[in-house]
Amino acid sequence: MHKPRLQLQASFDIAWLQYLDKQGRATQPLPEFASPDWLTHCYRQMQLARLVDDRAVKLQRTGRLGTYPSSLGQEAIGVATGNALMAEDVYCPYYRETGAFLERGVRIEEILANWSGDERGQNYQHAPRDLPICIPIATQMLHAAGVAFALKYRHQQQGSPLQVAIASAGEGATSKGDFYEAMNLAGVWKLPLVFVVNNNQWAISVPRVAQTGSQTIAQKAIAAGIPALQVDGNDILAVAWAVRDALQRARSGEGPALIEAISYRLCDHTTADDASRYRSAEELEQAWQWEPLKRLDTYLRSENLWSDGKQQDLDRELAQVMETALNDWESRTPEPATAIFDHLYAQLPESLYEQYDQLRDEQLREKLWEKEGAVQ
Amino acid sequence: MENRTGNEMGERQEATELRDSAPITLVGAVNQALAHALANDPQVVVFGQDIGANGGVFRATDGLQKQFGTQRVLDTPLAETMIAGIAVGMATQGLRPVAEFQFMGFIYPGLDHILSHATRMRNRTRGRLSCPIVYRAPYGGGIHAPEHHSESTEALFTHIPGLRVVVPSSPARAYGLLLAAIRDPDPVLFLEPKRIYRAARQPVPDNGEALPLDSAFVLREGSDLTLIAWGASVKETLAAAAQLSAEGIEAEVIDPATLKPLDIHTIIDSLEKTRRCVVVHEAARFGGMGAEIAAQIQEYAFDLLDAPVQRVTGYDTVMPYYQLENVYLPGVERILDGARAALDYRRGGAA
Repeated sequence: MHKPRLQLQASFDIAWLQYLDKQGRATQPLPEFASPDWLTHCYRQMQLARLVDDRAVKLQRTGRLGTYPSSLGQEAIGVATGNALMAEDVYCPYYRETGAFLERGVRIEEILANWSGDERGQNYQHAPRDLPICIPIATQMLHAAGVAFALKYRHQQQGSPLQVAIASAGEGATSKGDFYEAMNLAGVWKLPLVFVVNNNQWAISVPRVAQTGSQTIAQKAIAAGIPALQVDGNDILAVAWAVRDALQRARSGEGPALIEAISYRLCDHTTADDASRYRSAEELEQAWQWEPLKRLDTYLRSENLWSDGKQQDLDRELAQVMETALNDWESRTPEPATAIFDHLYAQLPESLYEQYDQLRDEQLREKLWEKEGAVQ
Repeated sequence: MENRTGNEMGERQEATELRDSAPITLVGAVNQALAHALANDPQVVVFGQDIGANGGVFRATDGLQKQFGTQRVLDTPLAETMIAGIAVGMATQGLRPVAEFQFMGFIYPGLDHILSHATRMRNRTRGRLSCPIVYRAPYGGGIHAPEHHSESTEALFTHIPGLRVVVPSSPARAYGLLLAAIRDPDPVLFLEPKRIYRAARQPVPDNGEALPLDSAFVLREGSDLTLIAWGASVKETLAAAAQLSAEGIEAEVIDPATLKPLDIHTIIDSLEKTRRCVVVHEAARFGGMGAEIAAQIQEYAFDLLDAPVQRVTGYDTVMPYYQLENVYLPGVERILDGARAALDYRRGGAA
């Protein structure tokens, strides 16, 4: 068969960014924002995120928390993202983002409350515009597009500075229609929106190579007319540079961007998962060699910014922070049962009064019974 | 519990409108309500497929983009999941999005966002964020449309906690209820009966007056039988009531209008007079709103009943292509059959 002559219509490249190699050595001059204070702050927050996750998993194992998704191994992405955002920006997260939550001002006791089944845990007192943790996959990316529209609309109507929305997700989420629909809209409406994909290699048991035939996750943005970049997600400097650059561009009206942060989920998918069923010990062992905390620790020590003494001080400080948070979480008064009706609608419809009263009466009876029991 | 009905307000509005304004259709009233909301609340944005220059496939948004600009009235890419999802994000930041689905048959990709997010946002953040969204969709059969354009699946949505499901059945109620839906602090699914989009004209003054949600409307008073219907079926139900009246039987006709949360009190009050009830809807029968209404009636008013609640509904089949859609849709004859079954019922089966 005769083969027609084809002409090149479009081409694209995907760039890769790294500042610290897997051994923690600088591969190029560090960005200007990477002051000693900034570096040690990020290191502290990554340590704290790891501690919170570790404690949360232990609490789940002892039956005090429900199912919990750790972010072990991905701390650099969360901390860099949360750190780059302004307070007025809006963060639209998926569920594996402890570091980002902490940087956004979400309290540890709120995180613990949420995963221990207390819905007040997502009533963030210090991140009032941020969206709650999103459990279904990729839906938050569309919410983020709506948020970004609202931010742009407010900017145009009121002349206020343009704020930015950030949506985060795992690489599994990029298989969903919501992801493509969000990117498509962001591209065509030039929304101030940054997508950060935590490519941690595994969507529960399905590896990256079985998830998509796409050579990179980043290139999925090209089809939507959105600039995209791959970064070493275990190198906090690379993630921070990419997020800051994307935020800056979005703030100046240049529209959305996608960042594929390549990392590795060192933990199980959640506490209800057993990753040893589907991935090898060797692979996990390999992944520990390039994890983000050790890498930054090595770099900081090579620059004389860190030492055993400083580490001991930090360990003591963070243990105290954790202890205080645990006490605050444990001393929360339980919500009244009728709270399940209190926030269903702004005002309880009349047709629900009967069910509300029924629940309240059941509760009163139970209390009375407890009281009588105590007397005996 | 207070017995609050929208009937009085509806009547007052209808009295005023006869004096003041030129008659408009139901779809014209939707347009008028959207224009009023856009003009009076800068947080309102209207978006969907083909709603801008084209004014929507049914012209519900005709002229709005020209009047309010492309930042308030937006054509979206063709993606229903996206339309439902971005409304959630917009609403959490203080906007009042009004999202149009072209047909109810295309709403299902958006169901995930309506069910899993819009209706749960207030609850899961314990009131920190909320979703004052109106999702609009023309629904129902009878316009000779292609497949997937004629569904009446409101019961899927009335099952969702935290949602309001509102269906107008006249131009005045379309205007007043849509304004109320837009001003409501919670998500509302606003289903527009497209078969009667242009079936009748009525003067509807553009006075910005909302009609109450969660309240049924008594469209016709009577003491022998209660007929309950909403949307386009109200037309045939009123026709059946007129025919019964000619035979000396006075039927009360109630339009619940807000299907969720349901105003059962107006229905029970009516049953105290009539003791017999027929629910009419063009949706499939199994698990439909008729089942919910019948269940609530027997819970609250079993002793009032002189006959089982009758259901006159679509069949439990796929909504057929249009050559057979009139076979499927409950018409006046089927409503009369249902009414007679309720009227003729005698305990123990003796006629």
